[in-house]
Amino acid sequence: MTSTATAPAPPARRPPPRGGPGRRWAGWGFLAPFMTVFALVFVAPIAYSLYLSVYRNRLVGGTSFVGADNYRTAFTDPVFWDAVVRVGLFLAVQVPIMLFLALLLALALDSGRLYGRDFFRISIFLPYAVPAVVATLMWGFMYGTRFGLVGNANDLLGITLPDPLSPGLVLASIGNIVTWQFVGYNMLILYSALRTVPHELYEAAEVDGAGQLRVITAVKLPALRGALVIAAVFSVIGSFQLFNEPSILRNLAPNAITSGYTPNLYTYSLAFSGQQQNQAAAVAVIMGLLTMAVAYAVQLFGMRRAV
Amino acid sequence: MGTSAPARPPRRRAPSPLRPPRARWGRGARRPRRSPALTLVTGLALLYSLVPLVWLFVNATKSQESLLGTFGLWFGPEFSLFDNVSATLAYGDGVFVRWLLNTVLYVVLGAGGATLLAVLGGYALARFDFPGRRAVFAAVLGAAAVPGTALAVPTFLMFSRLGLTDTPWAVIVPSLISPFGLYLMWVFAAQAVPAELLEAARIDGSGELRTFLTVALPLLAPGTATVLLFTMVATWNNYFLPLIMIRDPDWFPLTVGLNSWNAQAATAGGEPVFHLVITGSFLTIVPLIAAFLLLQRYWRSGLTAGSLKG
Repeated sequence: MTSTATAPAPPARRPPPRGGPGRRWAGWGFLAPFMTVFALVFVAPIAYSLYLSVYRNRLVGGTSFVGADNYRTAFTDPVFWDAVVRVGLFLAVQVPIMLFLALLLALALDSGRLYGRDFFRISIFLPYAVPAVVATLMWGFMYGTRFGLVGNANDLLGITLPDPLSPGLVLASIGNIVTWQFVGYNMLILYSALRTVPHELYEAAEVDGAGQLRVITAVKLPALRGALVIAAVFSVIGSFQLFNEPSILRNLAPNAITSGYTPNLYTYSLAFSGQQQNQAAAVAVIMGLLTMAVAYAVQLFGMRRAV
Repeated sequence: MGTSAPARPPRRRAPSPLRPPRARWGRGARRPRRSPALTLVTGLALLYSLVPLVWLFVNATKSQESLLGTFGLWFGPEFSLFDNVSATLAYGDGVFVRWLLNTVLYVVLGAGGATLLAVLGGYALARFDFPGRRAVFAAVLGAAAVPGTALAVPTFLMFSRLGLTDTPWAVIVPSLISPFGLYLMWVFAAQAVPAELLEAARIDGSGELRTFLTVALPLLAPGTATVLLFTMVATWNNYFLPLIMIRDPDWFPLTVGLNSWNAQAATAGGEPVFHLVITGSFLTIVPLIAAFLLLQRYWRSGLTAGSLKG
């Protein structure tokens, strides 16, 4: 729902309406396999989730309809709200930092002033190919005070750096892992958008005597707005879904990361450790709606500034 | 399901209309002077991106003892990479190899199938005018915004009713849908397959399926390769879905298996196999990094198409 407004009208030049009704339905024949699986793994689970969220399974009495009770429980659940506030804080800090870095890097690539531009591009993008599991294990080990780089630095310099896996710092440490994985990806999206700027605009700017900085603020940044909004929307969705990194780091930092650390981790614990699947469905529905609302708000904000 | 065949990109390649022109500075403007200062500053980001990967490689060459005793960013006294690799492959009756084969199975069927569905669907959306086309566009893009993990719990419960959990299908079937892939193929097909060409084939009496296979599919090859690359990465790196769907270690993919080794190393009394976790992690990323380095033109053009969204 969030992406529809920024996406352009479907790119098809409409084919001329020739041919009989059979031709009209042939399109569905090609689309049918996708839509069938789509119904099975997208539409059905959403419907099932809504259904589950209004029932409750009790040890005594079995399954019964409880209306909005599960939602009421979630809204008054301090663990859930802590988790929501935590990802809110995460996205308010990590997403702007990551996108700002990605923007600087994209502008640097596009400036034509780098030595070895292609090497920069591939190298900074490479972490995107690393699975979240491997990225988290790797950074988790490096954060370690025992055989990680933090421990090395402490030994070499005879200092005691703060432990990145301590409760106060672990959220920032997770933010660093996510930034590492996705800054190059976002850089490429922005860089690709810069490459589509019509060359005449640069020539016009040059004729007007615009300097480097002026070209960036007057030509490049406006051209990037759409891509930035898309990148922000996807980063927001990603932040709300935060699961892999905290869940894997729990092995290394069991005291700093609780079972309800993020909303998704909480849903997972409810469903699989607590056997409270109806409650988990309600939390998942709330998070889905919240994610879409925030993503939509980010998009509205971005587009309003565009005018 | 014969999904593995289309996973192999066709040999013939049409020129990609999505590829940005190469010589951007050749078009009239003077080429800006290169700047050592800017290169140096950007180099910091380069270090940030590469140092962890270097760390992983360096530590994959160390024995368990020198892992704990030597500086992290330089090699230990002995070069144990090959010992570590064979230890990783042999540990637990070769379960790592089993996980690798599982991952390959999930990638071939999951990513191959996702690409097939996206190519068929994107072609339909771009080149046929049929009832409900706009609704499909809205539904699929809307679905892309639904948090995937919010779907996972109900999907798990559904699949467990159907008796599909703990089987490869539980991982493969949800991997078959890639809204991004469908969108990309749609944009691509609209540019790469001229409607006039299809019309000509139809006038010659070619059926829809044959027209697709002989006329459209070869033109769609570059876009297909891009979608395949991205769905392969997504499937290879998938963690959450197999984590909830699969309990039996024999069906784990690499990601879940590696984490189970790490969890074992972290529990008191468990055998600490950190050197195997590190070497296994290294082996897990090698194929993907190789694919990205070799197939650069495909992800570049894919992201360019993605930026058309903006």
